[in-house]
Amino acid sequence: MEFIIITLVKMALTAFVLLTACAYLVWIERKVLAHIQLRPGPYFVGPHGLLQPLADLIKLLTKEGVVPASVNPFFYLLAPFLAVTLGLTSIVVIPFTPEFEIFGVKTAMGLTDLNIAVLFVLAISSLGVYGIAIGGWASNNKYSLMGGLRSASQMISYELPLALAIVAPLLLMNTLNFRTIIEAQSGYWFGVIPKWNVFAMPVPQIFSFLIFMTAGFAETNRVPFDLPEAESELVAGFHTEYSSMMFASFFMAEYANIITICCVATVLFLGGWHPLWPAGYGSDLVPPLLLAAAGAMLLFHAGQAVRWRSWDRFSFPVIGVIFLGLSGFFFIPLLKPILVPLFWFLLKAGFLIFVFIWIRGTLPRFRYDQLMRFAWTFLFPVAVVNLLVTGLLVALAGN
Amino acid sequence: MPTSIIEAYFPVLLQVLLAATIAGALIALGVLLGKRVKNKVKDTPYECGITPTGSAKERFSVKFYLVAMLFILFDIEAIFLYPWAVVYRELKLFAFFEMLLFIVLVLAGFFYIWKKGVLNWAIEESEQGKTR
Amino acid sequence: MDVVLFLLFASVAVGCAINLVLQTHPISSALSLIGVMGSLAVLYLLLGGEFIAAVQLIVYAGAIMVLFVFVIMLLNAGAEKRPTRKVLRTAVALPLLFTLAGVGAWLAATQTPKTDAVKFGAYTAGPAEVGRAIFTSYLLPFEVTSILILIAILGAIVLARKEI
Repeated sequence: MEFIIITLVKMALTAFVLLTACAYLVWIERKVLAHIQLRPGPYFVGPHGLLQPLADLIKLLTKEGVVPASVNPFFYLLAPFLAVTLGLTSIVVIPFTPEFEIFGVKTAMGLTDLNIAVLFVLAISSLGVYGIAIGGWASNNKYSLMGGLRSASQMISYELPLALAIVAPLLLMNTLNFRTIIEAQSGYWFGVIPKWNVFAMPVPQIFSFLIFMTAGFAETNRVPFDLPEAESELVAGFHTEYSSMMFASFFMAEYANIITICCVATVLFLGGWHPLWPAGYGSDLVPPLLLAAAGAMLLFHAGQAVRWRSWDRFSFPVIGVIFLGLSGFFFIPLLKPILVPLFWFLLKAGFLIFVFIWIRGTLPRFRYDQLMRFAWTFLFPVAVVNLLVTGLLVALAGN
Repeated sequence: MPTSIIEAYFPVLLQVLLAATIAGALIALGVLLGKRVKNKVKDTPYECGITPTGSAKERFSVKFYLVAMLFILFDIEAIFLYPWAVVYRELKLFAFFEMLLFIVLVLAGFFYIWKKGVLNWAIEESEQGKTR
Repeated sequence: MDVVLFLLFASVAVGCAINLVLQTHPISSALSLIGVMGSLAVLYLLLGGEFIAAVQLIVYAGAIMVLFVFVIMLLNAGAEKRPTRKVLRTAVALPLLFTLAGVGAWLAATQTPKTDAVKFGAYTAGPAEVGRAIFTSYLLPFEVTSILILIAILGAIVLARKEI
């Protein structure tokens, strides 16, 4: 009974955080892209456009959800439903913190702990093809069909290098359980270099990591692999006909998939919740210092606020004080063993998410034949060679 | 650590149900809250403002079909790698050579399709003009 | 709990299978088949076959069914026409069907060797157990699989060759 209650509480918390993160990723993406292109980005709804996601939600909910007369409504509505359901499911296997004890209950952030967590993520992502293929097919539109088909082909083609890139670090870990994988990456070489899989001896898994991330970009249909949404040739690909919340659902699924991919990369390659350098050298102080610095900077800027941004005089100090207060939480002995690992996990995953947006602001789009050729004649053979080299070195090194 | 299969997978079942509820609620809200204005033009498929011609359900290149078929075969190869990775430290070089033989045989097929030009999508487009 | 879940997912599997036959549209049938595969994966899971359950999802639901859906789209298959129902045919066929099912169940119950009732969760067949079995006891079948895959690749190319 206690187990069920804890699970439900954690599940509600995770769902709330995940949905909020999906909504705010849109804001973050627009802001980052805007600053890359020397624009301010969303600015007027709330301080610095912070309420923009809420406004977007209200707008999308009240728009007409057009279901064209020529489509089969069941399949047409099934596609976004499948996309969101599968997108929100994978988070269940991600462990965010080590086990801790709070109020006499032993638990951990992370909903469950499967022995085959790696395969579970792969299975869910391989099912993700259906949402897109059926959406494109059910729309009864030439652009949608072409986009859905291209996207489905692209996703299955890139799933092979993705699957092969995951196996290479598993040769070092010998388990498919995420929690065990993270625990095996604790410790430091020479006391400073973390024993993450990207720095693993005898074979640093840096190539596996790069292959995984590249395939991850293609799996989530992101730039430079966003061919299904190539607006110059396919209007909007598989979601050309979709409007209102159904349209937003595909985007929500995309952002949820990005979060999943980045969390999985953090677990497999970047050592999960282990800090970048040992706690003995003060890595525990990083999160409160960062938050305190952010708070101090906001307080400083509040005094500098220019006249036409007068609301900054109220919003900046308020947010600044909140940040300073948050940094205090990291010194409470009860919360420290939860918050510090959680911070490091989210920092790494957040950095990878930032890279997704950064790449979008930097790279142009591939042509479709280049995209397929890249997957099959470059990424796949490289992944196989990487796997065999890793295998040979691990076998020779022994232990 | 969960002790039994049920305990480990029960949260998964709950999460699937929760995700399905959220997805269903979002789509239902979108359909219910938005106002409806029906008209003939809105019901036609979008083709950049031009009156749609022909059915959208056209037949398309066999390459997509071939990619799906090759994906199944290489996916089976990839799946065998996972139990191999888990027992790798127990068998060491023996496991390596087992898998080397397996991968070399499968890769022979891979190089065959590569040389056959199946993986080159550009050729087809120049020959046929456009994908049909 | 085990029995409830077993009955739930077994009936989902049977329901999807019946729906697969009843639907006139090929895509609906394909989706029902995915439902069958998913429920079977859960049944494997209840028996402790974690690895097999994941493979069932990845290979069957995630790869083979994608090919099915592609083929249905490729062939542009529309909804099939329902044949007109004859009352007499139904009246003869239904009892025959139930008789067949009953005889089959009776044969399965009496003629097969007696084993203990299946215990849920009594076995573990995680990736490590499967790996040990494949890479030591069943090594030859595993290596032969690679030749099978090779032949299948060649077969796929030969079938599609005219169009390439």
